[in-house]
Amino acid sequence: MKVTVDTKLCAEMGQCVFSAPEVFAFNDNGKLVWESNPDLGLRDAVDEAADVCPVQAIFVEHD
Amino acid sequence: MSARIVVVGGSLGGQRSAEQLRAKGWDGEIVVIGAEHHPPYQRPPLSKAVLTDEGLREPAAADLLARPDVALRQRPGVEGITWITGHSAVGLDLASRTVAMDDGSDLAFDGLILATGLRPRRLALEGGTASRHVLRTLEDAISLRAALQPGVRVAVVGAGFIGCEVAASAVARGCDVTVIEPLAQPMLAPLGARLARAMRQHHEDRGVRFSLNRVVTALRTGSDDRDRIEAVGLDDGSEIPATLVVEAVGSVPNVDWLSGTGLDLSNGLLCDGSLRVEGHQGIVAVGDVARFPNPRFDDVPRRVEHWSMPADTAVQAAVTLMADLGRPVPGGTGHVFAPLPSFWSDQFDVRVQGYGTSVACDETRILEGDFSNGWKKRGVTVGHHRNGRLVGCLVAGGTPAQRMKARRLVEESTMIKAVAL
Repeated sequence: MKVTVDTKLCAEMGQCVFSAPEVFAFNDNGKLVWESNPDLGLRDAVDEAADVCPVQAIFVEHD
Repeated sequence: MSARIVVVGGSLGGQRSAEQLRAKGWDGEIVVIGAEHHPPYQRPPLSKAVLTDEGLREPAAADLLARPDVALRQRPGVEGITWITGHSAVGLDLASRTVAMDDGSDLAFDGLILATGLRPRRLALEGGTASRHVLRTLEDAISLRAALQPGVRVAVVGAGFIGCEVAASAVARGCDVTVIEPLAQPMLAPLGARLARAMRQHHEDRGVRFSLNRVVTALRTGSDDRDRIEAVGLDDGSEIPATLVVEAVGSVPNVDWLSGTGLDLSNGLLCDGSLRVEGHQGIVAVGDVARFPNPRFDDVPRRVEHWSMPADTAVQAAVTLMADLGRPVPGGTGHVFAPLPSFWSDQFDVRVQGYGTSVACDETRILEGDFSNGWKKRGVTVGHHRNGRLVGCLVAGGTPAQRMKARRLVEESTMIKAVAL
């Protein structure tokens, strides 16, 4: 499973951080950082994160 | 015929509903009916970038739908959904389990998802139709954008989030803007008095004028052109010159088409905690029309008009519906549906982002920060309370870390004891 974030779209709202805290977080500069190849067990959480992002900045590829 | 689920409503709620049904393993038919003549799209940019982006030249709907901020991407791998756009459901026969369509046909269903959303409320005043705008759809945004030209005198009626965002966008377009509002401050209920006052100052610093504690009682049209407004009359007898009026006075749920069913249509669709509509097996509601009790707060059924709700309610609606149709999702009904609503608003260069509720609150106070110079960068956190319990928290300006903290505070404060069903 591959996760990419369009940082031009990201508005730092943080809904993804709550849907999938193992995958998304804010760094000390308030910028989003994420795990590009998360564990398959996190699939539902990652899909939810993509759904709840208000600006659709998260792209998920399932193999 | 394989079993069929009909989704009435083809915007964000309808889209997420269809996706959730497939995600939860529904392999029967899914038919989505949307009254708009487009596939679903994102509404939040319509009051902001779609109005202000200088790069857009008289955009048509197709131009807007191609924008990454407006387009609504489908979940990858979702297949076999029949989309009917540009058509409306006009009736529901609960006995025969059919939806009546505007073309005279009937659509039989085994399961039904009602996601027909809202339409803007209109001022109860006649005339001036060429000068009056609302903002809900792509077409509304195109029409409003075209009218927001430099120097145009705009009266925005209603200082809620939409009204304030439109006011900010109109100023960015070079318009002369006055916002008219019955309460003492813009966005008074959701923000609380202190933050509302600060946001009003933020707008006034950028040229927005407010007529507060005032109601629009008349629309004065041209003596030779009843379709064009020249001024807006207020309840104190004064007038505000304006040739463009934006009616941002709230929304009405699209449930009129269900009259005759015997359903309670007094305020959206009355649902139980699992989003089932008045106990009807196989019928659920999603999004802006769903009036349901949220155990985070209390047992009073309420509609919540935030952007987060269509996705959150679609998840539960799919679980409830599939259980009703004899295809229960493993572990699906094992927890209580208690979403944490969230919202945001961008006005000029300030974001307000919030969680929880401000409804039925008896105390609103600042939790962190103050409004001295530089407050937008430092951030101010406001809390809404009921009987001493924090039920809503929002951050104006500030940082992502502050927003996350606000969310955690409300999440913990409104956590419910897990209930085994």
